[in-house]
Amino acid sequence: MDFLSYLINGLGLGSVYAIIALGYTMVYGIAKMLNFAHGDVIMVGAYVAFFSISNLGLPLIPAVLLSIVVCTVLGVVIERLAYKPLRAASALSVLITAIGVSYFLQNAAQLLWSSSTKVFPSVISNGGISWNGLTVSWLTLITIGVCVLVMICLTLFINHTKTGRAMRACSEDKGASTLMGINVNLMISITFAIGSGLAAIASVLLCAAYPSVFPTLGAMPGIKAFTAAVFGGIGSIPGAFLGGLLLGVIEIFAKAYISTQLSDAIVFAVLILVLLIKPTGLLGKRIREKV
Amino acid sequence: MLKITDLKVSYGMIEAIKGISFEVNDGEIVTLIGANGAGKTTTMHAISGLLKPKAGSITLNGTELTKLPPHKIVGMGLAQVPEGRRVFAQQTVEENLALGAYSRKDKDAIEADLADVFTLFPRLLERRKQMAGTLSGGEQQMLAMGRALMAKPSILLLDEPSMGLSPLLVSEIFHIIVEINRKGTTILLVEQNAIRALDIANRAYVLETGHITISDTGEKLMKDERVKEAYLGG
Ligand SMILES: Nc1ncnc2c1ncn2[C@@H]1O[C@H](COP(=O)(O)OP(=O)(O)OP(=O)(O)O)[C@@H](O)[C@H]1O
Ligand SMILES: [Mg+2]
Repeated sequence: MDFLSYLINGLGLGSVYAIIALGYTMVYGIAKMLNFAHGDVIMVGAYVAFFSISNLGLPLIPAVLLSIVVCTVLGVVIERLAYKPLRAASALSVLITAIGVSYFLQNAAQLLWSSSTKVFPSVISNGGISWNGLTVSWLTLITIGVCVLVMICLTLFINHTKTGRAMRACSEDKGASTLMGINVNLMISITFAIGSGLAAIASVLLCAAYPSVFPTLGAMPGIKAFTAAVFGGIGSIPGAFLGGLLLGVIEIFAKAYISTQLSDAIVFAVLILVLLIKPTGLLGKRIREKV
Repeated sequence: MLKITDLKVSYGMIEAIKGISFEVNDGEIVTLIGANGAGKTTTMHAISGLLKPKAGSITLNGTELTKLPPHKIVGMGLAQVPEGRRVFAQQTVEENLALGAYSRKDKDAIEADLADVFTLFPRLLERRKQMAGTLSGGEQQMLAMGRALMAKPSILLLDEPSMGLSPLLVSEIFHIIVEINRKGTTILLVEQNAIRALDIANRAYVLETGHITISDTGEKLMKDERVKEAYLGG
């Protein structure tokens, strides 16, 4: 029973990683850049949700929606101001800029909201469902459910809508996409909007599980989810999903059976191993250089 | 009518197109021939808005294309089959063709045009569910042409459509270009295969390192000594 309970908890944690990893992978797929500020968008989402619930007294769902709106706008603004002017610049310049944006957001948060940790209110009731001695918390169930829902909606959108098709076209060849009449800049904005909106959802799930809000809150989940995206094959949406879930499960198993302190080291060791065997990640296709 | 006037295009400090002027009248097949690196693709990219000219004007039926955002140009009735085909390898034949019609809103007419494309290229119909990346070179060329036709262009730009194809397929492609033109689409054709291009063209321009050096009817250029020597193998 322990095994099963660890597995489910791992899937719960992995679901959060997967939702965050989708943001990394989609942005990489279309803009061919690693958006290192993605984790900090989660942090902003967490603060917005925190203030909406604690200060404005909003119920959970409106608070989440407000957080999604703020993060979506933030993601699009970041892209417009920081990354768009660098469309023709080297990958290294873009990477350094992204790291700069990350520090900017963390310091802005510190300035605005101080570095002291705020306690996220308890938003999801504590119980769960029990079955044969196995208890699964509501939060874990909701988290996994949200992740599956996100995955289904995103897959339908990317594969079966005109805009989704155009986004996939842009990820392959921006010049040819322009010849089709696709507004490449708009597609990039939409990608950042979706990724950042998902970051907001992830932030609330994360804070419901670990209820502390602080300016560097996004860093660790950000780097884990980035790892998950690489693990699954960066640029691949099913890859982000699979990579996130696996990473969560490996992390929980490592904590449970090996060592709490070493769990992160084990997670990264597995990543290195996978990349040695399959450099493009589990579901990754050939990696294309930034054009 | 497509009219190019004093066009200059640079890559950084290097001027690839050094002030060229030419026009393509409605219903014509016009070809631009020239050696490797002469600037043919650069010219095509500038017309479609993929490159911003340093100077000069490009007008289509009086509308200045250089002032439009690049993605709006296909909507003006100008489509391009780019050099190297550039089909979307990870999408199906059908999806590629749908992307060709991306700028259009007239759903019913799109369906009819899709049927026309399949009539013109029956092989695409057989392979409509296949990933474009797994098509043969010739099939990819057909897809690139079909995709451009899905935009229902009044003028079609083709950049080296015969590149890398077997002689038999080259004949087929040129035959289809004439067919497309006969149905009312104006053609601007860039080719290395100068004999074939001059053969079907009403008029032709010779581009040499960023300058247009010769212009005449296709027929006359075919007999021109300078052209014979440089592009037709003596
Ligand atoms: N992206 C680029 N950056 C710098 N220079 C370029 C670039 N693209 C083309 N050039 C240069 O511009 C000139 C014209 O190139 P272009 O591709 O237009 O030639 P082309 O006539 O199409 O040749 P080909 O027949 O080989 O396709 C060449 O000297 C080429 O080296
Ligand atoms: Mg060329």
